[in-house]
Amino acid sequence: MRFMVARESVEVIKTEKLTFTYAGRNEPSIRDVGLSIEKGEFVILTGPSGCGKTTLCRCFNGLIPHFYQGKLEGEVIVAGLKVNEHPTYELACHVGLVFQNPENQLFALSVEKDVAFGLENLGLPREEIRKRVDWAMKVAGVYELKDRAPYELSGGQQQRVAIASVLAMRPEVIVLDEPTSFLDPLGAKRIFEDIYKLNQKLGITVILVEHRLDLAAKYATRVIVMNDGRVLLDGDPREVLSLEKTRLLGVGIPKATRLYQLLKNDGIPLKSGKVPLTPEEAAEAIKEAFKSD
Amino acid sequence: MIEVKDLRFVYPNGVEALRGVSLKIEDGEFVAIMGQNGAGKTTLVKHFNGLLKPTKGDVYVDGVNTKDVSVATLARKVGYVFQNPDHQLFCESVEQEVAFALKNFGFDQETIEKRVSWALQLLGLTQYRQVSPFMLSGGERKRVALASVLAWDPKVVILDEPTIGQDYAQKEKLRQFIMQLRTQKKTVVIVTHDVEFVAECQPRIILMKNGKIVADGSAKEILTNPEVLLQASVIPPQITQTFHYLKDIGLPTNVIDVYEARETILEFLGETKK
Repeated sequence: MRFMVARESVEVIKTEKLTFTYAGRNEPSIRDVGLSIEKGEFVILTGPSGCGKTTLCRCFNGLIPHFYQGKLEGEVIVAGLKVNEHPTYELACHVGLVFQNPENQLFALSVEKDVAFGLENLGLPREEIRKRVDWAMKVAGVYELKDRAPYELSGGQQQRVAIASVLAMRPEVIVLDEPTSFLDPLGAKRIFEDIYKLNQKLGITVILVEHRLDLAAKYATRVIVMNDGRVLLDGDPREVLSLEKTRLLGVGIPKATRLYQLLKNDGIPLKSGKVPLTPEEAAEAIKEAFKSD
Repeated sequence: MIEVKDLRFVYPNGVEALRGVSLKIEDGEFVAIMGQNGAGKTTLVKHFNGLLKPTKGDVYVDGVNTKDVSVATLARKVGYVFQNPDHQLFCESVEQEVAFALKNFGFDQETIEKRVSWALQLLGLTQYRQVSPFMLSGGERKRVALASVLAWDPKVVILDEPTIGQDYAQKEKLRQFIMQLRTQKKTVVIVTHDVEFVAECQPRIILMKNGKIVADGSAKEILTNPEVLLQASVIPPQITQTFHYLKDIGLPTNVIDVYEARETILEFLGETKK
């Protein structure tokens, strides 16, 4: 008897012919979106402003259609649940949303209370709340700050508290909408490293909405480019980000990738193989051209 | 001209945000203020239009001490575009928003109409004229805030984190737009974390940490000095990092922009093949 041990691929988000029109608008903000995202993926969702990225993310955790009014067509299934048939508090246990500006998300008088808020609303037993809050604060690196007021913290610390609040719900998916735009570059780099760790160690599926790809591109397993409400490109980051089409659309591709493209177009014999996303990789590719033949 | 002399500022809660800052910004200069979160960048620029007054020290705008004039008088000269557009926008339509300050400054109806149309067109917002700012995306609201300040044509324009929520094409427009302001001899001050944007625009950079200035110089000087940058939690641009890794094959380390990088590499290749 033979056992087939295949790595199971579990679909955590599925959309089919998803179209949404906000109340009061004539045109849909997303059109005909069909996506399948599997557990453990690290997806970067990008595209020009107003392309529908944020609207799509609102569909993943039920803010659409439960909070934002409008006309929803097609289907969104998250962790096996049809989003329009389940309330947002139930969906919040499966999909966590981290906003651009942590100020908009934090409100309690202490970090610990902020992190516990969502769980208290679920009516979980006290012990379970305690356990999850401590765990989430430790994973997000804010345990030492638990008695501090969120508004006293730096932007980077606040964003970590927002991440901890989301983690406490033990979601399968975390959606982050430009989570580092208010942070200094070093703070941004650390947040991306931490998100990557969550993805690697806990297998949490990450959907990162981002314009600035210089720091984040190297962590992605997949890049989705939207334009005018539709998914235009979807694939391997190195392939998608090196397409001329992507650049012309106004996606801020990493400068290391751009330099590689320019030199390649000039006919410089760069190291072939993978398209660089980081300075280290670009330097390695360029060094090839300087080797004496 | 903006002149800051030994500026100290303590917030009412006791936080000492600026701890002795001195600087001069000449007319027509383009300056980027960068550095750590909480370094005092926004606190500093809020002194330029008198939104904040020094706890100690002085700030002069065109020779006038900001302690001696109202924010309303200074605002005519120094326009400040907030980091978060929601702190600035409140009208029912984009058009009303952009016209608001003009009305307050007492411009006549015809001028207001002209200026509003001009500013909306400049920032690609004409189609949203009658739309509520709150129906727009974050990036679009940011542009509405910018349009409403530019409409009254201030001499100094301060942009607090102008690239947040903007895609690359819009950033490129913003860059061209800043260059256009400079041809009109306007002083432009931006507060930003966006290293790649700064590498493209190449302004003078003032680097801050813990309420003090740690470095002040050209974009090239500052962005190619990794030790100084790190002190202020800034990471060098990708191109500069790439050239750092190419140092051992003899390439220069003072490159910040992608087109300059290409030229430098082509030139070096030309020489080594000779």
